Amino acid sequence: MSLISVEGVTVGYAGGPALRDLTMRIERGEIVTVIGPNGSGKSTLIKTILGVLTPTKGRVSRERGLSIGYVPQELAIDASLPMTVARFLSLPRRQDTALIVEMLRRVGVPTVADKQLSSLSGGQFQRVLLARALLARPDILILDEPTQGLDQPGVAAFYRLIEEVRQEMGCAILLVSHDLHVVMSATDRVICLNGHICCEGAPDAVMDAPEYRALFGEGTGGALALYQHHHDHDHDHGPEHVH
Amino acid sequence: MIALLNDFLVRATLAGIGLALAAGPLGCFVVWRRMAYFGDATAHAAVLGVALALAFDVSVFAGTSLVALAMALAVSSLASRGHAMDTSLGVLSHAALAIGLVAISFVPAVRVDLSAYLFGDILAVGVGDLAVIWGGALAVCALLAWRWSSLLAATLNADLASSAGIDPKREQLVLTLAMAVVVALAIKVVGALLIAAMLIIPAAAARGISRSPEGMAVSAVALAAISVVGGLQGSLAFDTPAGPSIVAAAAALFALSLVVSQARSRAQ
Repeated sequence: MSLISVEGVTVGYAGGPALRDLTMRIERGEIVTVIGPNGSGKSTLIKTILGVLTPTKGRVSRERGLSIGYVPQELAIDASLPMTVARFLSLPRRQDTALIVEMLRRVGVPTVADKQLSSLSGGQFQRVLLARALLARPDILILDEPTQGLDQPGVAAFYRLIEEVRQEMGCAILLVSHDLHVVMSATDRVICLNGHICCEGAPDAVMDAPEYRALFGEGTGGALALYQHHHDHDHDHGPEHVH
Repeated sequence: MIALLNDFLVRATLAGIGLALAAGPLGCFVVWRRMAYFGDATAHAAVLGVALALAFDVSVFAGTSLVALAMALAVSSLASRGHAMDTSLGVLSHAALAIGLVAISFVPAVRVDLSAYLFGDILAVGVGDLAVIWGGALAVCALLAWRWSSLLAATLNADLASSAGIDPKREQLVLTLAMAVVVALAIKVVGALLIAAMLIIPAAAARGISRSPEGMAVSAVALAAISVVGGLQGSLAFDTPAGPSIVAAAAALFALSLVVSQARSRAQ
């Protein structure tokens, strides 16, 4: 059975459906990237899979006991809420302190455990969110445009990290992005979304699909290549920059 | 010990501390979730609750908590549907206050001292009131302690909470219930117009001196309790109204906390 299967799902808002009759599956260990322009229903799809939104038609089924690690688009922590990173990682379920320290080290922010959330930089915060998702021992990691607000080398470093932890933990990944700069070279399958699935398949095949070109134009054709070249000009934007 | 309860000032102090116990942690959620409006609307609805309780001859506590609960539910369902909250809350909150005041005017004047409900009547708290206030406050504390982790997770981010199997709507309902109870408790202590102040000001003052959510909740209780004692003593010394004096003391503590946290961040 698939980890997650979405069958004939329509999700509506007051202004009309954001997703129409969408069917997709995610298998164990698979990396799926969803791309689409703004307003194409990407976040709606994620929220439906998480169970935050209920489909008006169709159904979403998850494998029994499925553990989801979710890295949200952006998490605005109200400055009125005092909370250390360690405490944040222990919510809602208490986690072993040694495990927290180990996970923070793994995602490259070994020194932030006792810092206040509101004092972290954007890059540190994304890594803390990733550590939090990984602490759930996920079968699938769901990342909703996780690199907004990071600069180019920061984005590259973040995706490299995700590839590494995936290889270690073997979880499936569902990644949402609105541009192609971040489509991972390791993606098994790209789904091009615009309210419905325009086209899907291996990254190269999707790039050549007429539906994809209609949505993104010819001009972005080189974007994937651009991303793939990031390794040969490497600024380390890891956490060691942090003061 | 029991004889102490014969002193009106002791009863008033205990009543205020009871309220502080519940208002501290709940007030933190009000601040964290930016629902100050929510406290106001619920508190204003309590005036209508008083009018209905007097008209139908049921206990004021029952009347206020029921009407406050109805209002709190209405407000949170509006919020979850994503209405433009500012206007609809303004309408609801002030309509409830106005209709409540109109309704109270139908109750024979000998039976109702309006200002007692608007500004509190803490010096007239009886032993029975004290039992209700402490019972309600302890119930609210127990409820919040029971749901603490889930409430915090839902407050941080609703989607993150959902992905961990928490239903943010249920946690919102917990806060709604707690709010209705606290409003009903507080109406005797600080009055309908200043309930929101007892929720927000001690919590806001606690923020500057806290490093954890639990620390902030405990500090808010302590600061609210200090405001109660200080306000009551001030009210006695300067012959000022008790409820507003308590809130004024809380405001003074808030100003002090600003100075302290400024000095701290400069020292670092």
